[in-house]
Amino acid sequence: MFEIFGIPSQALFGQLLIGLINGSFYALLSLGLAVIFGMLNIINFSHGAQYMMGGFAAFILLQQTGLGYWPALIIVPILVGITGMIIERTMLQWLYKLDHLYGLLLTFGLALIIEGVARNFYGSAGLPYRVPDSLTGGQNLGFMFLPNYRAWVIVASLTVCISTWFVIERTRLGAYLRAATENPALVGAFGINVPRMITLTYGFGVALAAFAGVMAAPIYNVSPQMGAELIIVVFAVVVIGGMGSILGAILTGFGLGVIEGLTKVFFPEASNTVIFVIMVIVLLVRPAGLFGRRA
Amino acid sequence: METPRATANTPSKTGERIAFAVMVAALIAAPFFAYPLFLMQALCFALFACAFNLLIGYGGLLSFGHALYFGWASYLAAHSAKVWGFTPELAILTGAATAAVFGLVTGALAIRRQGIYFAMITLALAQMMFFFALQMKFTGGEDGIQAVPRGKLFGLFDLTSHMAMYPVVAVFFLAGFLIIHRVINSPFGEVLKAIRENEPRAISLGYKTERYKLVAFVLSATLAGMAGATKAIVFQIASLTDVYWTMSGEVILMTLVGGLGTLFGPVVGAITIIAMQTYLNAFEQWVTVIQGTIFVACVLLFRRGIVGELARALKIKL
Repeated sequence: MFEIFGIPSQALFGQLLIGLINGSFYALLSLGLAVIFGMLNIINFSHGAQYMMGGFAAFILLQQTGLGYWPALIIVPILVGITGMIIERTMLQWLYKLDHLYGLLLTFGLALIIEGVARNFYGSAGLPYRVPDSLTGGQNLGFMFLPNYRAWVIVASLTVCISTWFVIERTRLGAYLRAATENPALVGAFGINVPRMITLTYGFGVALAAFAGVMAAPIYNVSPQMGAELIIVVFAVVVIGGMGSILGAILTGFGLGVIEGLTKVFFPEASNTVIFVIMVIVLLVRPAGLFGRRA
Repeated sequence: METPRATANTPSKTGERIAFAVMVAALIAAPFFAYPLFLMQALCFALFACAFNLLIGYGGLLSFGHALYFGWASYLAAHSAKVWGFTPELAILTGAATAAVFGLVTGALAIRRQGIYFAMITLALAQMMFFFALQMKFTGGEDGIQAVPRGKLFGLFDLTSHMAMYPVVAVFFLAGFLIIHRVINSPFGEVLKAIRENEPRAISLGYKTERYKLVAFVLSATLAGMAGATKAIVFQIASLTDVYWTMSGEVILMTLVGGLGTLFGPVVGAITIIAMQTYLNAFEQWVTVIQGTIFVACVLLFRRGIVGELARALKIKL
């Protein structure tokens, strides 16, 4: 045991780890928001509710069918992603020609519905979800204790984030996607089904949120309001990073998670607000965001 | 700066006048038919929604953080009435002034980005101020500020009874409403509408659009604060509910239901939503689901809102 700036290393690294975990979720969620925004030009306010749906779906799968964490990690994002595609087909697609704000209002309404229904069936108290057997326990690294599951969350979310970046920036499919973001009419003229691409993009963004929800279930309890406040923080993350760049969203997410964790060590009163304060500073210094293009 | 002419809407002014006369008559008659406390609540929210509508309906700026001004004004009004012994009208003005200062600071930050970012920034700033309200001593944290005295108007008239309080609330509401009406129909309001329709063009015509947006933002925040402060005096409590993000959502819902960008829409919307909350008390746990459904229905099918549809059917401006 040793001390850094008068703080025991155990506490410092422990908070740093929590920061990285929170950062993983910020990164996954802001990545999904950025992907959806790029293609649909709407801000998906129900992203937090869909993250919560992910957690609940994993819980229900375990309760009703006995399917555990690993199958849930695959099945839940697909299921929730499909509900997302249904929402896109039945509702969102009618709003593309209107002011972008209507998309925000619609998804806000959807978030209220999803959270209200969850609260009615499961109450406001958190429901526990067990860490999968294969990831219980942890490693003693000498300067801190690293639970296996938390290490897995960081690795998995980094992997998903980087794969998403790779697909969008380095593959042919990603090239279509980026082209359709720039000029949907022209891409359509080349015989690519742009509306289907939009539907799939929304489904994918929602699936990312649900994936984050399943991963969060063993760490935080599953509760109806788990996404509501998180999404506001993620909005601040998105304002700080700017939605122009995928890599930027990932870096900002992890970076802010770590900063928040460190704030908990050195100045705990400010840990709730530090990300918002950083947002204010970024708005003053670089209004377009750290990685954003001037809109 | 040339004064824009308002020729386009002169013939429909009669519709507006009749609607205004009806509203004033209803304000006078209402306390004899309905429960005054319910009416006062509805009026506070009506003013809140009108203030919010000034920004979205005429400036095209969607603020997702108006609970900040509503809630913080109610804290300051409650604190000044209870601890500093201010008379109610001074307490309400103190609340409104607080909201104006907050509006100036947060507005200056938020207008640095447009559209969707603007909405996210206002939401994030409001959430930040919610946490401050939660942590600061004078707000009373989870308990809020309770047992706020209604006091004596100008130090003379006791407002303890609802029937004495009601006229004060009605006057504050009418004052706010008339200020908004005046602003919308002023040259300033015309420029604001021009910015809503096409900001780059307004800039190219030489208008400093950022200043117009900021002034509109401060005005909207101030009047939202007046509404929150009045509510704190009426209900004798200021609590976290009023600074939480759900309150920002509620005022958006009211304005959307009544009709974005209509003069009377927010009033009708606020009364509708408050009545719904009062009379659907039995379904309390379903309120968020119902509200969400109304949101979705309004956005998909009913974008003009109640007053907007009515005005279209009657071919007048309301």
